[in-house]
Amino acid sequence: MAELVIFVLFGVIAIAGALTMVLHPNPVYGALGLMATMLSIAVFYVVNSGHFIAAVQVVVYAGAVMTLFLFVIMMIGVDRAESLEERLPLQRQLAIGLGVVFLILIGLIGGNAWITAPEAAAAPNGTVENIADLLFTDWLLPFEVTTLLLIIASVGAVALAQFDARRRGGEE
Amino acid sequence: MDVTAGWYLALGAVLFVIGASGMLLRRNALVMFMSIELMLNAVNLTFVAIGRHTGDLNGQVAVFFVMVVAAAEVVVGLAIMIAVFRRRSSASVDDLAVLNG
Repeated sequence: MAELVIFVLFGVIAIAGALTMVLHPNPVYGALGLMATMLSIAVFYVVNSGHFIAAVQVVVYAGAVMTLFLFVIMMIGVDRAESLEERLPLQRQLAIGLGVVFLILIGLIGGNAWITAPEAAAAPNGTVENIADLLFTDWLLPFEVTTLLLIIASVGAVALAQFDARRRGGEE
Repeated sequence: MDVTAGWYLALGAVLFVIGASGMLLRRNALVMFMSIELMLNAVNLTFVAIGRHTGDLNGQVAVFFVMVVAAAEVVVGLAIMIAVFRRRSSASVDDLAVLNG
């Protein structure tokens, strides 16, 4: 019963936040809506016994990533309200139509075969210890590759900024 | 009434469709980027829900990796966006038509 209450409450918050993100003309409101969605998803992780993942979700997504987003939104300028008018003919109707069709298709497929596996007796316990057990044994190679990915990403970000500054200096 | 994994899958599907629609409906590059993040989160939710249903912890490890990739993607994407904004002072993807033949 408690899980049902949590599911309905945070499900409504998650969907409302997502809709705010898509529909609100001001990107700052959208970013805050998305933050609400991510926090409610973190609650769902806790309910599904993903304790470590929930903490990472709050710290990395709702904390770091959304702060970076807000930083860039502020930098690019929130004062100019984006015009929501659509320049391509039929784009908006087609997009909404395709979204509805997509949802119906997922519902039809899922309604017939949501999950075929039988429910396990015990839910996994996603503590730091258990996750680390998997991460540093079965998933060690992918884990090491992600370090490479992160280095490339940070070097790429610096290179993009440098490249732009150098060309700007050359033009002036 | 028990909340089974199917409920979370349905919620994840709804969030994913909202994200995909946002991608198609909006013309602000930042909002489109946030729609991608929403879709990634929706898929993460399904991973965790299925992982709990089957009693398998590998789903949560997959979520961990998705988060790493998303963080790297955000860093590079926002850097590109700022570089574009410096030259064109607009965040609308409609204005990016340089490669238009």
